This record gives sequence, C-alpha cells and structure tokens, in this order.
Amino acid sequence: MNSTFEISAIVAVLATVMTITRASAVHALLYLTVSLLAVALVFFVLGAPFAAALEVIIYAGAIMVLFVFVIMMLNIGDMAADLERAWLTPSMWIGPSFLAVLLAIELGVVVTAGGYGHRAGSVVDARAVGVALVGPYMLAVELASFLLLAGLVAAFHLGRSITRAD
Amino acid sequence: MATVPLDQGLLLAAILFTLGLVGVLARRNLLFILMSLEVMLNAAGVAFIVAGARWAAPGGQVMFILVLTLAATEVSVGLALILLMHRRIPTLDADAGDQLKG
Repeated sequence: MNSTFEISAIVAVLATVMTITRASAVHALLYLTVSLLAVALVFFVLGAPFAAALEVIIYAGAIMVLFVFVIMMLNIGDMAADLERAWLTPSMWIGPSFLAVLLAIELGVVVTAGGYGHRAGSVVDARAVGVALVGPYMLAVELASFLLLAGLVAAFHLGRSITRAD
Repeated sequence: MATVPLDQGLLLAAILFTLGLVGVLARRNLLFILMSLEVMLNAAGVAFIVAGARWAAPGGQVMFILVLTLAATEVSVGLALILLMHRRIPTLDADAGDQLKG
C-alpha cells in the first residue's frame, strides 16, 4: 500500500468532481489545475518523473493558461454563472451519471479482475524515454509533428478571421 | 519507492475517464465540455503511464507525450472555434450552433 499514491488519487478524483459541477468557469479551471497537479504526483510515485514534469509544464501550465486567456477574452460576468446554474438542473445529471456509473463499474470489474501484479519498482527516466522516442517510435513522432503543424495552421487561420471580423 | 498495484492505477484512470464523460454529456457550456474532454484525455494518459510503469517500459511515457500533443492541438483549435462562434452568437451554449449560417 502506498499512501502517497492513494491520497493524490483521491485528491485528483475529488477535484475532478468539483470541476464538472461548478457554475463559474474560473472556479472549475482552478479545480482542474489541482486535479492535474495531483495526477502529476501520481506519475512521480509510479516512477515516471519525466511525464510528471510534462504534466505540470504542459497540462497545468500551457493548456490552463490558454483556457484563462479565452475566459478573459470572452468577458464572462456574473450573469454567465447564473445562466449556468439555470442550465444545471439536478435532472440534467440523472441520465449521464447513470450511464457513466454503469461504465465505471464495468471498467472497475475488468481492471481489478485481471491480477496483473505490482509495478516493477524501477524508475523510467527521461533518458530512456528520449532513446525510445527517436528509436522505435520515430514514425509516431513524425505523425505528432504533422498534427502540430495542422493545429498551427488551423489556429492561425481561425485567429485571422477573428481579427478580420472586427 | 513503494509499489503500486496495477489495478489501483487503472481504477484511477477509469474513474477520471467516466467523470470526464459525465461532464461532456451533462454540461451545455462549450468551455466546460472542452475541460471535460481534457479530463478524459488525461485519464487515457494515466492508463498509459500506469501500464508503462508496470513493465518498466519507456513506451508508456512515449504514448503519454503523444496524448499530450493531441490534447494541446485539440484545445487550441477548439478554443479558437469557441472564440469565433462567440463573435457571431454571443453565447457559450452548445445548442446555439444550429443558428450558424453558411
């Protein structure tokens, strides 16, 4: 039993529950950041320090900053939170929660029935990840660069039409 | 470092994934739908890291980096689309997309 893993896993789940139930976008964003930091701690406990660093830098850093910028640009006031509360009637949650709980039970039974044993107990450091990235996974890295280029072109095109509309 | 059973890690990934799914299904605000999508992608990354740690293989972290790339691209294009739609129709309601013309 590893209490660091369990505590950070519980924090991650609770923060995610708070994220999907908040009415204010900024509050949800802060809870999501807490959840991502807790997941980074889980990665560190699991012996993946490089992935933990990337989780903090890219997920909790860059992607969350993007969300903050967009919330600032959208100029959401108190009225938006009231509207959100009006949308979030308790009956809205019944159907999706029922289906998702069924799925969670199914997934839980599948992953706990396997008996896959414990982790190997060694740390996979950034050096091993780098060697694998430019070795057997070279094609995947090239595909990721295609994806990033496509995202860059799309974001540039959409951003240009935003400024032209003014 | 103490050992973590594989099924506990996968259980965390499954719970996070279903929480993200509830968010995508129940929320109407486009920003919250994107945030829940991030939670789901992050849960997939957790599953990869847990499996990579079980067999002490770097492949899990490599796949996590690819998931991270996908999440960053998806959120930048998605947020740009939300901004563009917000200029035309000043609401974040996901149902308002049917008012768009040509």
